Amino acid sequence: MVSNLTDTNIISVSGLTKKFKDFVAVDNISFTVKKGEIFAFLGPNGAGKSTTIQMLTTLLAPTKGKVMINGNDPTKNKDAVRKSFGIVFQDPSLDSDLTALENMQYHAVLYKVSKEIREKRIGELLRFVELWDRKNDMVKTFSGGMKRRLEVARGLLHHPAIMFLDEPTLGLDPQTRNHIWSYLQDISEKQKMTVFFTTHYMAEAEKVADRIAIIDHGKIVAMGSLAELEDKTKTNSLEEAFIAITGNTIREEQVNGTGRMRAMQRLWGRR
Amino acid sequence: MSTIYILWLRQVKKYFRTPSRIIGSLGQPLLFLLVFGFGFGSIYKQAGQGDYIQFLAPGIIMMSVLFTAVFSGIDLIWDRQFGFLKETMVAPVPRWQIMLGKTLGGATVASFQGVIVFILSLIVGFKVHDLFMLPVAALFVFLVALLFTSLGIAIASRLEDMQGFQLIMNFLVMPIFFLSGSLFPLQGLPKALEVVTRLDPLTYGIDGVRESLIGVGTFGIPIDLLLVVVITVVLLGIGSYLFERIQA
Ligand SMILES: Nc1ncnc2c1ncn2[C@@H]1O[C@H](COP(=O)(O)OP(=O)(O)O)[C@@H](O)[C@H]1O
Ligand SMILES: [Mg+2]
Repeated sequence: MVSNLTDTNIISVSGLTKKFKDFVAVDNISFTVKKGEIFAFLGPNGAGKSTTIQMLTTLLAPTKGKVMINGNDPTKNKDAVRKSFGIVFQDPSLDSDLTALENMQYHAVLYKVSKEIREKRIGELLRFVELWDRKNDMVKTFSGGMKRRLEVARGLLHHPAIMFLDEPTLGLDPQTRNHIWSYLQDISEKQKMTVFFTTHYMAEAEKVADRIAIIDHGKIVAMGSLAELEDKTKTNSLEEAFIAITGNTIREEQVNGTGRMRAMQRLWGRR
Repeated sequence: MSTIYILWLRQVKKYFRTPSRIIGSLGQPLLFLLVFGFGFGSIYKQAGQGDYIQFLAPGIIMMSVLFTAVFSGIDLIWDRQFGFLKETMVAPVPRWQIMLGKTLGGATVASFQGVIVFILSLIVGFKVHDLFMLPVAALFVFLVALLFTSLGIAIASRLEDMQGFQLIMNFLVMPIFFLSGSLFPLQGLPKALEVVTRLDPLTYGIDGVRESLIGVGTFGIPIDLLLVVVITVVLLGIGSYLFERIQA
């Protein structure tokens, strides 16, 4: 897959650092992501994954370092950067008192998707994530997995060059997980859309990512394709490579209270 | 333009979608109208002031405008808590448009609430002195609604969660209501109380509506209008300023 990608770096990050008072949440990280690539940020809870995504998506100002997203600096050209990505946040971000269709329409207007193509595009995407027959239902009646699929569809609505997903499949059953990834891989391949996602599921990173960066305590401790990581550590799986690199594995028990609560929330709805 | 419209539409849709809430929020104004209106009616008449319902109704109409407006501004906190604010804040649109759309939506809803209470007042015996002055009353209602929605948004921009909410109700919104001449005439008050009532922006809103509806007021419509417009513009400014600085 990687071989037929062009060499344009759609994301480039150098020396990126975020301090909260004295605490260093993201510590001098550098990496690039090519156009059309699926890039995973793998690390345990509290590693600095969400903080990094926030800095890449104009939501948080870096303490130090340089970021370029699709040719623009998120601290300077906020709107240009914002137009170029879609995002699925770690926590739910739908209006549950609106219908699926209304949530999509709201997004379409905010992102200036022209009226002529709006309805057609929304229809395509809702069918794509298999929510078309529920389009007129309030989002509060949706299961966690349905909400997640709707958020993915919404993020894709304005044809973003990059899709950011922060733990997109946390708390979802394997079937929904597979579903979501098959949509994303499909679009990434067809439209050369770049996907940047965070996860603490090894299997997920292993299965869908072209390249993986392992992040721990705010630092990138290893980066490369699955084969490269296995090669470097002389192991046969990402799990073993991860242990060789960090001296640890990510077990569900290690996921802290907030993480577990998020998973529960997603499962049971939030009101 | 379309951004402002869609934010307005969201606010209005959500309001009309929950008729139970609309009806529920009519209980308090209706109670006030009936209990105060008929309870104090005879004392008021004996004091030679005429019909208390005539005096009271504009105050109660504006009370429901005040409460609805502040609430629909403050529900920004829910948007933040339930994550929806992020979706809006990360979109490539200027924040002032988001703020304006939300404010207009809140003001529309609050004005509508005022209209319902106006109709309720008519049912319990309120009489309008000059139908041609209705548009002037409506203008005051809308401006006051804008003013207090902006105030709600300004407050919500600074609040992390609903913790401070009760405090704001007790120490800001209730005093604004009670000290506005909604329930009692503004003449012949003790000096301190007189000063406070004149510092309350709602005072001029109510005075303007009252004069438009029953033909009797304290400051005169031009003064009322001028003050309400100025305060509304100032609060819209403060609201936008604080909203710009929100971290989603
Ligand atoms: N606004 C904040 N203020 C202080 N500390 C924060 C803030 N946001 C995140 N952190 C801390 O930074 C670290 C990294 O957090 P985060 O990026 O959310 O991790 P991850 O997404 O990998 O689980 C955590 O220890 C977290 O407590
Ligand atoms: Mg996170």
